[in-house]
This record gives sequence, C-alpha cells and structure tokens, in this order.
Amino acid sequence: MTEILLGQHWFFWMTLVPLGAAVVAFLIPQQARWIGLATALLLPFFALAAIAATLTAEVQPITGGGWPTPLGIELRRDGLALVMLTVTAVVGFIISCYALGYFPARGHHSSRARYFWPLWLFLWGSCNALFVSGDLFNLYVTLELVTLASVSLIALEGGKAALTAALRYLFIGLFGSLAYLLGVGIFYGAYATVDLALLGDIITGTSLDHAAMALMVAGLVLKSALFPLHFWLPQAHAMAPAPVSAVLSALVIKCSYVILLRLWFEVFVSLDTVAVGHLLGLLGSVAIIWGSLLALRQERLKLLIAYSTVAQIGYLFLVFPLARNETMATAWVGGVLLMMTHACGKAAMFMVAGTIHHTAGSDRISRLAGAGGPIGVLVVVFTLAATTIIGLPPSGGFFSKWLFINAALVTGQWWYLPIILSGTLLAAGYVAKVLGWAFLDVKRSSYPVIPWVMKWPPLVLSVIALLFGLIAYEPVQIALLGAPVSGPIFMEAGP
Amino acid sequence: MNDLILLAILSSSLLPGLIIFTLAEESVRLRTTLNLTGALFKLLFIALLFFRVAEREYAELRLPLLADMELVLRADALSMLFLTLSAFLWLLTTIYAIGYLENSPHRSRFFGFFSLCVSATTGIALAGDMITFVIFYEALTISTYPLVVHRGTPAALHAGRIYLAYTLLGGVVLFFAAVWLRAIAGPLEFTPGGVISGLDPSLYGSLTIIFALLVLSLGVKAALVPLHSWLPTAMVAPAPVSALLHAVAVVKAGAFGIVRVVHDIYGIGFSADLNLLFPLSVMAAITVLYGSIRALAQNDLKRRLAFSTVSQVSYILMGIALASPLATIGGLVHLVHQGLMKITLFFCAGNLAETLGIHKIDEMDGVGRRMPWTMTAFTVGALGMIGVPPLVGFISKWYLGLGSLAAGQPWIIIILIASTLLNACYFLPVLHRIWFNKEQQQWSKSTLAGGRETIWPLLAPPLITAALVIFFGIFAYLFGSPLYWVELITTREYGL
Repeated sequence: MTEILLGQHWFFWMTLVPLGAAVVAFLIPQQARWIGLATALLLPFFALAAIAATLTAEVQPITGGGWPTPLGIELRRDGLALVMLTVTAVVGFIISCYALGYFPARGHHSSRARYFWPLWLFLWGSCNALFVSGDLFNLYVTLELVTLASVSLIALEGGKAALTAALRYLFIGLFGSLAYLLGVGIFYGAYATVDLALLGDIITGTSLDHAAMALMVAGLVLKSALFPLHFWLPQAHAMAPAPVSAVLSALVIKCSYVILLRLWFEVFVSLDTVAVGHLLGLLGSVAIIWGSLLALRQERLKLLIAYSTVAQIGYLFLVFPLARNETMATAWVGGVLLMMTHACGKAAMFMVAGTIHHTAGSDRISRLAGAGGPIGVLVVVFTLAATTIIGLPPSGGFFSKWLFINAALVTGQWWYLPIILSGTLLAAGYVAKVLGWAFLDVKRSSYPVIPWVMKWPPLVLSVIALLFGLIAYEPVQIALLGAPVSGPIFMEAGP
Repeated sequence: MNDLILLAILSSSLLPGLIIFTLAEESVRLRTTLNLTGALFKLLFIALLFFRVAEREYAELRLPLLADMELVLRADALSMLFLTLSAFLWLLTTIYAIGYLENSPHRSRFFGFFSLCVSATTGIALAGDMITFVIFYEALTISTYPLVVHRGTPAALHAGRIYLAYTLLGGVVLFFAAVWLRAIAGPLEFTPGGVISGLDPSLYGSLTIIFALLVLSLGVKAALVPLHSWLPTAMVAPAPVSALLHAVAVVKAGAFGIVRVVHDIYGIGFSADLNLLFPLSVMAAITVLYGSIRALAQNDLKRRLAFSTVSQVSYILMGIALASPLATIGGLVHLVHQGLMKITLFFCAGNLAETLGIHKIDEMDGVGRRMPWTMTAFTVGALGMIGVPPLVGFISKWYLGLGSLAAGQPWIIIILIASTLLNACYFLPVLHRIWFNKEQQQWSKSTLAGGRETIWPLLAPPLITAALVIFFGIFAYLFGSPLYWVELITTREYGL
C-alpha cells in the first residue's frame, strides 16, 4: 500500500488536480466553492506525499511522453520545488478557507465567487507547474499562465480603478515575458536546448549569452516588481479582493523570483554575473528603504502592506550579490527561507486587512482605533504575522536576515549592513504605527460580527510565520535536496 | 541529554498566557486560577532544579534551529539567580496586579501579555548561548510594549513609541553584534571563563568593537546614561508593570545580558586584558551619579523611583566591571537586592495612587497615619536603597566597596559615598513628609473590615518583599539566600 502511495507521480498530480478542478468549477458554478475547498484540502496531503516519496523511495524521473532528457521534458523534483509546492499548498489552503467567508454564496457579490474559484484553482495549478518545470520554455509558458490568471483575479473587484490596475499589470506582465522570451530564443539558437541543467553544463559565456542573461533578468525583475519597476505593484495588490491580494503578494511574486533563482545558480554560474549582481543588490537596497518609507506614509492598511512587499522583494534580491563562492549556500538558504516565511506572513496580513475592510467598510488605519473584541483578535494576528516582516525572532525573517548579514560580513560587502538593519527599523516603524492606533483607548458603540472562517485561518498562518525559525530545520534540509549550492550554511569570517 | 524540566519551567507561564488571551473579560476566576497555578508550578519546578544546580548538575535542552545552529536552554548557577528572582517576584506581582486592575478593562489582554513577558524573562535566564539569548531578549521587547501602552491614553502611546524606538534600535545593534561575533568566533555557548580567548590576536580590534556594540545595545535596557530616557517615560504604565519593568524584567534583562557577555562570552580575564572593563566602569559610575542627581529634582513619585532605578542598576555593572571576586559578588547580589527593594517601593507607590490618588511627593504629607503598613514597607525599601545596615542594600554596597579596594580602584568608593549621600537626599525628605508632616488634606476613611488601609492583594506583596529586605540583610549567609548563591556563582566563575 505504502509503495503504491509513494510510487505515485505526486508532482504531476499537484499540477493536474487543480487545473482539472478549475475546469469543473467553471462548468458547475453552483458547486464551485466546494470543488475549490476539496482541492485545497487535497493539495497539502499531495505535497506531504511528494516529500515522503522523494525522501524515501527511488522514483523514476518523470518525463513528458516518456522520452529521456535531451528530447523529452523532465520535471524538476528537487528541494526547491518541494518546499515551494508545500508552502503554496499550505498558504493556498488557508486562503481558500478564508475565501469561503469573503465571497459568500448568497448576496449581491455572488458573481465574483463564481469567477473566483475557477481562476484561483487555475492560478494554483499554474504555480505548481512552474515550480516543477525544468526548462526555459516551460517556465515561460507557466509564467504566462500565472500572469493571465492574476490579471483576471485583480479585475474581479470590478470598477474603474481595479480595471486600470489589472490592465497595467497585464501590459507589464507581457512586456516582462517578452524580454524573457527573447533571452530564451537566444539561448535556444546558440545551444539548441532549453533544459536548465544541460544549458548550465554547455554554456560558454559569449557576449550573446550575456545579452540573453540581461534580457531574462530584466524581464523577471519587472515581473517581480523590483525597484524601480515596482510601480505597478501597490495599486494591483491593494485594488484586488483580499484573498487575491494575499495570493499575489505571497505566491505570484515568488514565481518569477524562483525562475531567477534557478537561472542564476544553475545556468548563469559560468557567466560573469558580478556586475549584474551588484546592480540587483543596489536596486534591492533602494527597494528596501524606499518601500519601507512609503509604507510608513500610507493611510490605508492594504497599501501599507503592499509597499511592505516592495521592501521585502528588495531583501530577496540581496541574495544575488551576496552569493559569492564561499557564501553560495548562506545566501541561497537565506533567500529561500525568506520566500517561505514571507509567503505565510504576508498572506496573513492581507487577509487581516481584508477582514477589516469587510467589517469596517474601509481599510483606513485609523479605523483600528480602540480595537477590542473581534477586531482585537485581528490586530494580534497582524502583529504576529508582522514579526517575520520586521525580522524579529523566532520568525523565519530573523534567520534569513542573520544569513544575509553573515554573508555580507564574510564577503566584505559591509555596505549592505546598514541597509538590512535600517530596513528592520523602518518595518518596525510601520507596524508600530498600526499598533499605536489599535491600542488607542476609544469607546466603541458596537462591535462587528466576523465569520469565523475570516478570523481563525489567518491566525494559523501568522503563527506559522512567527514560529518558522524554530521549525525551519526540516524545511531547509528539504530545500537543500538537489540544490545547486552546498557547504556549511554559517560561514566564518576571516580577520 | 535533554532535560524537559526546562521546557516545563518555560511553558508554566507561556501556556497560561496563551489560554488567557482567549478568555472572556468576565471569567475572572478562571483567569486568576490559571495565573496563580502557573506561577506556583514555575516556583515548584525551580525549587526542584535548585538543588541539582547547587550540586553542579546543570540541566540542558537543545533544539536544532538551522544546520549548525541550536536553541540551547541551560540552567547554571547564574541562570538560577535570575530565574528564581523573576519567578518569585512574578507570583507577587500577579497577586498585586489582580488587585490593582480589579474591574478595569482589557484584563485578558493584560494578563496574557504579562505572562508572555515573564516567559521571555525566563527564556533570557535559561538561555545557554548568545543566539537563544537574543531570541528571548527581542521577545521581551515586543511582549512588554502592550503592557506599557495598556492605558491607551495618548501619553501611554507616546511612552510606548519612545520605548519601542529605544529598545528596537538597541535590539538591532545587538542582533548585528551577535551575528558578527558568531561569524568570527563560531558558536557562542555561555561558558565560565569565556569562549573567545583563543582567537587570533589580529581579531582583537574587531572584538573590541563588538564588545562596545554589545554593551551599548544591552545598555539600552539596563538604562545606561545616555540611553536611559525611555525608562522615566515608561512610567505612565500601570504600577504592576512598572514594578515588573524595574525590578525583574526589562532593566534586569539588560544588566543580566552584560553579565553574560563579560563573564561567559569574553571571560573576565580576557576582557580585562583587552582593557574593555574600565570604560564600562566609568559609564556605570556616571550613570550611578547622574540617575541620583536627576532623581532629586522629580516631584512625581514614580519618576523619582525611575531615576533611582537608572542609578541603582548600574551598581550591578560597576561590580562586574571591577573584575575582582568581591566586587562581582557585590554586583551580582545587587541584581536580587535591588529587585526586592525597588519592587517594594513601586508596590507602595501603586497603593498610594490606587487607594488615595496620590501621585506627587508633595501630596504625601502625613500619609503614614492613613496607610501605616504600606508606608512602613516603603520606609524599609527606601532605607535599604540608601544602604542602611542591616538591610540588603548595605550588603551590596559593602561588597562593592571591598571589591573596589581589592581591584585597586579606590575611586569607586568615592562614587559609592557620593551616591549614598544622594540617595539619602532624595529618600529621607520623603520619609520625613510621610511620618512627621501634618496631613494637608482629608482622605476618605477606609471602608474595609477592621479599618484595613487597602485590600489584601495590594497590601500583602509589599509587606512580603519588605520583610525579605530585612531578612536577607540579617541572615545574609543562609543556604539559598542571594548572597550565599552569588558567592557560589563567583567561586565557580573565577575557579577559586
């Protein structure tokens, strides 16, 4: 029995099941909620089974059509794919529960629910497909699917502002994909393969290769909303319905980043990446400071959280300059850890903002004044989730900052230290601003009633985000399976 | 070997705290039961551990965090000192807070964070390496913030912002210094005699900078001048919070951290060799004098006590910085003694505010006749602070004086005398007002049975701590007394 279970191609199922469910949910809109919930319930178990299968059993490589790799397309079953699938499954499950309450079956918004579920399942399946793709072209296709699904989800809110944001997101996405596709074309023309591993082996480092790298990096940076190409993100993330904002900030942003991470450590290793790394580091640093400062100035909770995402993306891009020969593992693990923990924390924060918007009619931060009763719970959830954004222990954010600082010290790139540390303080500043309002003692006449699916699921995520540092041992070990980096995570600095 | 008793000690306040968050405001009985059961269990576990540690059987618990990094909980003699102090005073403060906050709003929130705060303090006491220490130290920062702003007034929120600004800045610097030290010195387990004396001499420059960063960042919570301003501002918090802040949790966590860094990371001998301790003793001496001078000018009772804390906590640091066994005894024993005395004073100040609405010193004329028991406790605490024998404050100062002579730094004696005079100047006039001046205003008569001055939960805690101030002053050498225990720590630390 266990052998049958472990022998299954779980990676395949994790892509096919949500895509199939999306079709069914589209055809039977009355049952869309329950189809969505059932899928969301299944996927975390699939992810666990995939981990168990990878850890225990020798599984045959999964290739499209059964052809071995230069001809066929092989799925990636490495640690990075595993942890991203699992994080997506957990966060997706919580977001699905929350969406049950956010899009009620009855009421004047029932049409939104009808479109939400198929689109969300479609997006989920595309994300999973992207994480297990191992060649440049499949990555392109899946990234396009993710973008298209996201655009439709943003437009779900309706109204002029949401449509503008969605259209802007669509054009930016297409532009980014185009740049990326050009790079893919150059590589294919030169080496006649799009497989990541093969390409990494045979790439020679001509100037054409560097041009392809520049194009692909530029496209992916645009899609990941790194400063100064972040301009589309705050509106898009703040305009969307709360579950969609959570998905966009927690998962969709990570898709293009995962591609870049794979390319950087597997394909670009033999290219001259120092200058590009420094450029990404510089942009990341500016993103940290600029995003945090703007977050500090926002009056609306969702915008504050969106700008905080801009800052956190900046941290993610510090991985590239910090990963030098001896600190490869340090920076890589720091980045992956931050991705996982940010997904949990940011999703919880957006859900809290959505609930406040839902009950108070507006997500102005001043609406939190005198938060007691049900809103008090939300503020606690928000604070717990924010610990990882600030980087306070024992959250995962704390340890990823530890690793970044460690890498910066070892490689002698001390100029990143004040950036990382002041980013921490600024993040504490904007969280403290929210808390300050919440603790203000104002008598409230009535307390809103909040359905429990909108209150407790975010709490689960925020607790995971808070305690992630304490349970990070196993996830990091799994992420390092078949990783392109190896060696000790903590490095000793010389004199 | 993993000792689950350490986990039990930690969770005896953490679990009740988490449960209390979910309780409704009205379930007073359940909340009180949870609070007191947790506190009593914690004391019980600590008592079990106490005898083991006295026999040098240290308890240890390790959890893997990341590859090459562990969460280490470890009970050694120094942990037990801080642990016992915090657990015992937590019990008293909980009883006091139950009386103090009777019928006020947001009590579930208050007691929830109160328990988290004590759990963090417990974690600081039990931390077995620098990383674990940093984790709990930051947790303490965060869990204390809701207590400081508990009243929800604009003044309280302002104090909360100041508190967060100071402590988070300190926290970030501490974090950075810890990462840096970890990067050049490897795992930083707390070991008597230090862990870094074997490093290459070319690193000594970096080590000096890291030491300065560590002391300054921990000095924020220990209220070293000029990093002390948050402490007097945080006075707007309710009295039990101030008591906890000043006697056990926050300022002591900073001082305890500096002790750990000097004793168990750098090692006393090594830090003396690098000339790191003299600047620390100068900073401490300045803080002792500055705090006392500022206390003179305060009319608000709690603010005067706050500046007194600024001054008194630096006695601990002065003792550590002198690096002679006798001075170390004086410093460490003051960690406990100052806690006992200061918590007494804050309990009494809280009683005045809660029962009679007195906040200012010039309203205290003749209050000794209205609240004789509270004011007796206050007098004991104040005389102890001045250092009148045979109270505990005298013992601390006596050992500090002897230690400064032994260390060949007699200038410390001048600081001690000056500080004692200043202490007398700001406490004796208050005592004079309490006992000898005529009442200026008519206070409402007590409505309690037997004309008792205030309810038991408010009266018993200061009486108990005041009694201990006398008891540990007279029977200083009893087994398990602070002085006895500190001598044990010091002999182990110096390997005597």
